[in-house]
Amino acid sequence: MAIDRTVPPPGGISCRELVALVTEYLEESLSGPLRTRFEAHLAACEGCAGYLDQMRATVVALGRLPPEDLPADVRARLLDAFRTWQRR
Amino acid sequence: MSSSWPPTVADTVAPGPASTADAELVGALRAGDEDAYLAIVGRHHASMLRVAMLFAPTRAVAEEVVQDTWLAVLDGLHAFEGRSSLRTWIFSILVNRARRRGEREARSVPLSSLQDGVEPGTAAGDAERFSDEPSSWAGRWVSHPRPWAGRVDERLLMAEVQATVRAAIEGLPPAQRAVIVLRDVQGWTAPEVCLTLDLTDGNQRVLLHRARVRVRRALLEYIDGD
Repeated sequence: MAIDRTVPPPGGISCRELVALVTEYLEESLSGPLRTRFEAHLAACEGCAGYLDQMRATVVALGRLPPEDLPADVRARLLDAFRTWQRR
Repeated sequence: MSSSWPPTVADTVAPGPASTADAELVGALRAGDEDAYLAIVGRHHASMLRVAMLFAPTRAVAEEVVQDTWLAVLDGLHAFEGRSSLRTWIFSILVNRARRRGEREARSVPLSSLQDGVEPGTAAGDAERFSDEPSSWAGRWVSHPRPWAGRVDERLLMAEVQATVRAAIEGLPPAQRAVIVLRDVQGWTAPEVCLTLDLTDGNQRVLLHRARVRVRRALLEYIDGD
């Protein structure tokens, strides 16, 4: 049986194309029609849904990084500067 | 712990004007409140260093620029009118100083370097594997990414995951690093980052995308390596 090489991807965009648009989608900067196609693809493609989930989890992980400690020498120098500034 | 979307960010503000919290902080600084000062220094120091490193020739110079910036901020507090948020005001002072310092060191980083990772040829999806073999549509996954739900969430606070994310950030090109730190770690809005780093909306988004792709890749390798 001949294989149909022209099966259109869901939403008319390929997984490769969808991956490149993920940040635009999350930033809500896709145009209405493209967003509709993006979501149509997502609904039909487990792989892309998984990828989107991973990207969201990545952003959540970035947002939960605790603040970096201020090195003790930097802290001391900046506090000195603050005290000097106050006395002026 | 669930990965709610969008992530909650305490202070998603537009570039201006200053918030009530900013006004209170400025008042505390003017009154000489050391705790308030150390809190704001601690909150911004690491990102200020990364932004300064976009322009300064060395990390040592960048550190000097950051310290000089705090002095300039204190000296300028009386003139802060709250037309912009306090943090975009602080970072505008930082960027001006870092640029001037970079020029003086005669190793000025051309503005175009802020576009690193924006050029074509390093497309975001390049690291992923797609198949064009017949049987289904072209450009589809070779193997499906699987949701991390429950695999990452409960581990987000673990030191190993945090170290993985931090190492991935440090390995990024400087402009991608500055953008992802301000946007995703510090929770700045896109307009604030565009204003501070003098980027177009499109370039800011491309830098953010490239950076997120690389951090996701690092997390994937960590998770798959278990």
